[in-house]
Amino acid sequence: MSAYKIQTHEFDMVVVGAGGAGLRATFGLASKGLKTVCITKVFPTRSHTVAAQGGISAALGNMGEDDWRYHYFDTIKGSDWLGDQDAIEYMCKEAPAAIIELEHYGVPFSRTDEGKIYQRPFGGMTTRYGEGPPAERTCAAADRTGHAMLHTLYQQALAHDAQFMIEYFALDLIWDQQGACCGVLALDMAEGTLHLFRGQGTVLATGGYGRAYFSATSAHTCTGDGGGLALRSGLAMQDMEFVQFHPTGIYGAGCLITEGVRGEGGILRNSSGERFMERYAPHYKDLASRDVVSRSMTIEIREGRGVGEHKDHLLLDLTHLGPEVIHEKLPGIAESARIFANVDVSRQPIPVLPTVHYNMGGIPTNYHGEVVQRVGDDPDHVVPGLYAIGEAACVSVHGANRLGSNSLLDLVVFGRSVANRCAQTIKPGAAHRKLADDACDKALANLDRLRNANGGTPTAAIRLNMQRTMQSDAAVFRTSKTLSEGCQKMAEVFASFEDVKVSDRSLVWNSDLIETYELQNLLYNAVATITSAEQRKESRGAHAHEDFPERDDANWQKHTLVKVDEKGKASFEFRPVHMFTLTDDVGVVPPKKRVY
Amino acid sequence: MDADLKALRWRCRRGTRELDQLLGWWLEVRYPHAPADLRTGFGGLLEAQDPDLWDWLLGRGQPDDANQARVIHEIRTRDRV
Repeated sequence: MSAYKIQTHEFDMVVVGAGGAGLRATFGLASKGLKTVCITKVFPTRSHTVAAQGGISAALGNMGEDDWRYHYFDTIKGSDWLGDQDAIEYMCKEAPAAIIELEHYGVPFSRTDEGKIYQRPFGGMTTRYGEGPPAERTCAAADRTGHAMLHTLYQQALAHDAQFMIEYFALDLIWDQQGACCGVLALDMAEGTLHLFRGQGTVLATGGYGRAYFSATSAHTCTGDGGGLALRSGLAMQDMEFVQFHPTGIYGAGCLITEGVRGEGGILRNSSGERFMERYAPHYKDLASRDVVSRSMTIEIREGRGVGEHKDHLLLDLTHLGPEVIHEKLPGIAESARIFANVDVSRQPIPVLPTVHYNMGGIPTNYHGEVVQRVGDDPDHVVPGLYAIGEAACVSVHGANRLGSNSLLDLVVFGRSVANRCAQTIKPGAAHRKLADDACDKALANLDRLRNANGGTPTAAIRLNMQRTMQSDAAVFRTSKTLSEGCQKMAEVFASFEDVKVSDRSLVWNSDLIETYELQNLLYNAVATITSAEQRKESRGAHAHEDFPERDDANWQKHTLVKVDEKGKASFEFRPVHMFTLTDDVGVVPPKKRVY
Repeated sequence: MDADLKALRWRCRRGTRELDQLLGWWLEVRYPHAPADLRTGFGGLLEAQDPDLWDWLLGRGQPDDANQARVIHEIRTRDRV
């Protein structure tokens, strides 16, 4: 593989991805005096975190009664008792400080008349351990929360002398012979040159893999690259069967109508105009958590109460709110509905459908962001040199179902946590581990194969087959039969990648090659997802199995670990759910039935 | 396809699916026939911040540059995506 020339760069820390998590980690690591580089395939402020308009949760109690313990309880209940309670305690307890920190760095949060940070209700967020009224817990910077965070964190990272390698694509992780991660091989897309970024630690902050599905709210860039890198390195992913559908994607376009719309009083209606959520969640109605709402909507459609020519979607009604409320509290929603659904929201309801929105599963980590694997009897073995945060990771704070506005919190808290951990465990300027001469050979062989791939099937055709398979067989409703058929179909799609055709042979701005790499990453994630779903014989959170409609704590309150080999064959192990806390500040919440 | 066009295609990758669709539409449908000044305007738009692009596409204000504003107008008045 000597045909490829590689330039080596040495850093203390290498961060892959420049969304909210990657930027928070980059800034934090740099501010701790570690020489840090952030590699990103798109410009930092164009990461998908931009799309997080709804807000970020923290029990500040600015609008009324709240307590981080209520947030902790809600998150555990939301996770359907698959979340690790130590990590959830850490996240919810750290949340208020993390928000105040963001405010000090310059995120322009919306204010109340008294000048406090304004907070709104969000699905699944309650008070008094689910017994009280909905909590007003979600902070927002108008409808630009995600962008404001990216912008602020990027500026902070630059101010602390972090380096950014922009429009670089991470090809593969590089390992030493003792199984420690030593950095990343990346392609400079503009120059077509190869770069090995050596780090004492490598942080994967690459986001989710929504593009594995046909109907997703995700930007084109959400291709699960970190999961692909990890799986190709032989690591196991965790809880990949748990895929969250957002209840309100605009029918036909996938574009998102934020949950804040229901927080401000928007109502879901079926073909007879009925507010059907009253039947499924009598207490919280339209503000029940996402999986409950998505599943209820799917039942309405399946039982023939959908709207439209094919009775295949439902309506989100804002007409009763009045133009002033819509204009003031939900700017952008009216215009978004007009552009993508041709609807005037002050007079007509918006056509909506549950759409893939978030991946709860990811690279397993502890609450420090260190990647963990099961090794023999040890379910918490730390992989040296490798970290993961944000949607790419599975900490696991979201368990089987994430609550809205907990994802921005996850990014900030664990981005910060990984920086704090590395400040303790990594010495600035320490010598790098020794790499074997052939350490990059496997990565280069993959590059060489994909760039010269001359099969009969274009990348886009394989991608479409994958997306349609995942959409039909690994979506909201799952049965043994559809999952089993889906696994078979996905195995065929995975195998068809052997026949991929890449037409552009250059290395400069070769989007054909990059999209083929992204497809490879998506395929690994997709196989991990559908096979994990097939083997989990219960219903929990986002995984609703028609043949096993009940949660089965005795057999299935455990994290799935899945590996996918080069042939696309999946194998499974398990990790226990952490039913313990970090401190005595709060007690373990034992499983109970999840009703809203 | 020349390198400049390939770079533009990559930079149509934005933070949201909405912008991916709207900017991608202009590149696919309009760019091949567009005069040089509009192409320049489009290149300039790709350097803008996503929330600003989104505001302009929703008709809340417009870019100062006349060519950028014309591209925004074309996207706003297109047939629906």
